[in-house]
Amino acid sequence: MESDILRIENFYAGFGNSTILKNINFSVVENKITSIMGPSGCGKTTLIRCINRLHEFSPGATFSGKILLRGEDIYSINPISVRRKIGMVFQRPNPFPNMSIYDNVISGYILNGIHLSREEKERIVTTSLKKAGLWEEVKDSLHRRGTFLSGGQQQRLCIARALAMNPDILLLDEPTSSLDPKSTLLIEQLMEELKQTITTLIVTHNISQAARISDYVAFLYLGELIEFGPSNKIFTNPENKKTEEYLTGKFG
Amino acid sequence: MKKTSKKQEIKKVFSKDPGPWNFYSRAGNKYFLMDWIFKKILFISGVSIFFLVLMIFIFLVLNSMPSIKEFGFRFFLSKSWDPVFEKFGALPFIAGTIFTSFLALLISLPFSLSISLYLGEFSKSGFFSGFLKNSIELLAGVPSVVYGFFGMFVLIPIVRYLEIKFNIEPYGVGIFTSSIILSIMIIPFSASLGREVIELIPQDIKEAAYSLGSTRYEVIKRVVLPYAKSGITAGILMALGRAFGETMAVTMVIGNSNVMPKGLFSPANTMASLIANEFTEAVSRIHLSSLIEIGLVLFIISAVFSIMGKIFIHKFSITENG
Amino acid sequence: MDNKNISKRIFKDRIFTVCVTFLAFIACLPLLGILFLIIKNGASSINLGFFIHLPKPVGEEGGGIANAIVGTFIVVGIAFLIATPISLLTGIFLSENRKSRFSEMVRVSIDILSGIPSIVIGIIAYLWVVKPMKGFSALSGGIALAMIMLPVVIKSAEETLKLIPYSLREASFALGVPYYRTVLKVILPTGFSGIITGVLIAVARIAGETAPLLFTAFGNPFMNFNITKPVNALPLLVFNYATSPYEQWHKIAWGAAFILIIIVFVVNILARMISKKWKVTF
Repeated sequence: MESDILRIENFYAGFGNSTILKNINFSVVENKITSIMGPSGCGKTTLIRCINRLHEFSPGATFSGKILLRGEDIYSINPISVRRKIGMVFQRPNPFPNMSIYDNVISGYILNGIHLSREEKERIVTTSLKKAGLWEEVKDSLHRRGTFLSGGQQQRLCIARALAMNPDILLLDEPTSSLDPKSTLLIEQLMEELKQTITTLIVTHNISQAARISDYVAFLYLGELIEFGPSNKIFTNPENKKTEEYLTGKFG
Repeated sequence: MKKTSKKQEIKKVFSKDPGPWNFYSRAGNKYFLMDWIFKKILFISGVSIFFLVLMIFIFLVLNSMPSIKEFGFRFFLSKSWDPVFEKFGALPFIAGTIFTSFLALLISLPFSLSISLYLGEFSKSGFFSGFLKNSIELLAGVPSVVYGFFGMFVLIPIVRYLEIKFNIEPYGVGIFTSSIILSIMIIPFSASLGREVIELIPQDIKEAAYSLGSTRYEVIKRVVLPYAKSGITAGILMALGRAFGETMAVTMVIGNSNVMPKGLFSPANTMASLIANEFTEAVSRIHLSSLIEIGLVLFIISAVFSIMGKIFIHKFSITENG
Repeated sequence: MDNKNISKRIFKDRIFTVCVTFLAFIACLPLLGILFLIIKNGASSINLGFFIHLPKPVGEEGGGIANAIVGTFIVVGIAFLIATPISLLTGIFLSENRKSRFSEMVRVSIDILSGIPSIVIGIIAYLWVVKPMKGFSALSGGIALAMIMLPVVIKSAEETLKLIPYSLREASFALGVPYYRTVLKVILPTGFSGIITGVLIAVARIAGETAPLLFTAFGNPFMNFNITKPVNALPLLVFNYATSPYEQWHKIAWGAAFILIIIVFVVNILARMISKKWKVTF
């Protein structure tokens, strides 16, 4: 039985006097990959940043509505716990340059002052790096700084870092748009494997990527949710005309 | 955004600067407190710097009061500085400061401009420019007292020799000697600033001039220098400000004479060197207060220069960014 | 006709190039002169005794500058301890609040502070510390030097921290790290090398300052570890001995100037090495 892990209800968000997101309503199914797609400027990044409450860092940020994580409105609880339950990977890989690979993976714990025993640290680092498909490549240089890694490897390091916190949901904001095709493929395969243990929400402007990996698709246009549904339906038989136009490349 | 046509209330988040604490009040947790405390601590250190400078100014004024009350504006016009009769006038030192500083600026200008141009236009990399860059940085790091020492044992004999040759009173010390030492000291200062300024000039403007057949001299004269004008002015101002306040090297070669300098080669005193000489020996309250008033003048002059320099740098960066 | 004009312009250009290059390199001569002179005169005074012994009264041979070396370390140490924390916090404040009007006021204050002649800083330290304490002290000298150090370190800290991309901050926030920890455990460590460099450069600068110590630390012919009492320092010693009429003292002054220059240069080189080696790239 598929359950909704995340429900977005009547959600609006914006900056100052302009509203970016208008009346967003959809649910994210557990242990599935949901992608949010749409042309540039449609608000996908804003939406995802609202989910882990990063949006409120921008000056003049506004929002209204509810985002329910397992039934609990994330805007009514402490944002720190929200962000620890929801992991995020950014468009450009951003590992901490002054930390070793080892420390980068468990940086969520280190920076939060959460004490771990030696065995726990080893376990988390190994597991997360394996889940992120990076273990084999870095297992001999764990204590070196991560700056020598390629873009794709750095991004997988960031994924490992997010996974190490054992989040309920993993958010990815166009994670492969700055990577070469080979790394892109690797990460897409990764997401397929991760599906069993974690729910993924991915923002992408690459239609074929969305078609390749997602189970559900939300199509945003100019801040409004045009259509949402299982991906095989959306891609083969979209209900909304705008969706069809976007998918066939008439704009965007 | 359409205003209240929506039935839902838009919770307007007011945040002057980004930060997560705006929402904490809804949750109430210790991170709100820690972040708030941290932010307040940062703010307090900023305030303390501002406060420090303010206090410096206030204390200088307060302690100059006895002298200000006693002499008023005549302080700046009177030539006599007489601790015995407790009559104090700052004109000799104002004159000494102005002469030495402007002369130093004049002497240093061709050199610092040449260095800026050489490093900014002629040779940006390579052995000689590396040597030049390092020399300038080292020059800037030499302590003032070492310059003074050098001045005492090298410059003074030389100047004395020249004075004898030209039938001038062979003091050796004096305005001329201090100006030379000062000019050496301010060269690195204005040279670095000038170089940065010249390096910032966009390549395409220069290329346009070159492609029209101009020689490098012409490009520099007609394009680079006018463009960098405000930046170079800022450099000049800052060098001048530095020269005004320079103490040790000047004290050691200026001759420490408290009368109006008669000419280029007479011993004199600048405001800064006077303070260095007399402060520890000033016994009477009015003497000390007069010295502090001179310190106040130095403070005000340097503050004006700093602010003007900043304005010019700002002007330069505006022209830079179009 | 055109050719004559062009060759005249080219000639001007050549002369200009020669002049500029000539002047630029002449400007280096004083540096060479100073270094040469100090090494020549100073190196001969240097022996082990120079470092260990205290100055002898005039007339007696020998003697060293031990108290001045120790004194320099003491006042610089005091200045470092006072100035570094405040400078760091202010540098963080300025880099975190780039556009606010108040931070502009703070920046202007820092510019003014950095332009104040060091002798005036000495006056202030005298008024604030020497007068209430009714005597000269290493503490007042350290406080004066701290005021000179502040703007240097603050500016360098602000510049370093400004370079750190916002994405690092976001990565930290996304992990649920609160703001204060993000600044202290991500931003600061990342900017560490730049900040250390700034501190070292400031230390090299104040080690050579004489004017602010003239009526604060004041000088002391004996060794002194008590910070509430006057203390000698290398630049003070150079000044006092160089301006004295005694030949022996001049010799010692050369030696002291030599040591001083070495200290200043070594710290500067250290700063540059650290800046290159520990540089964190993004």
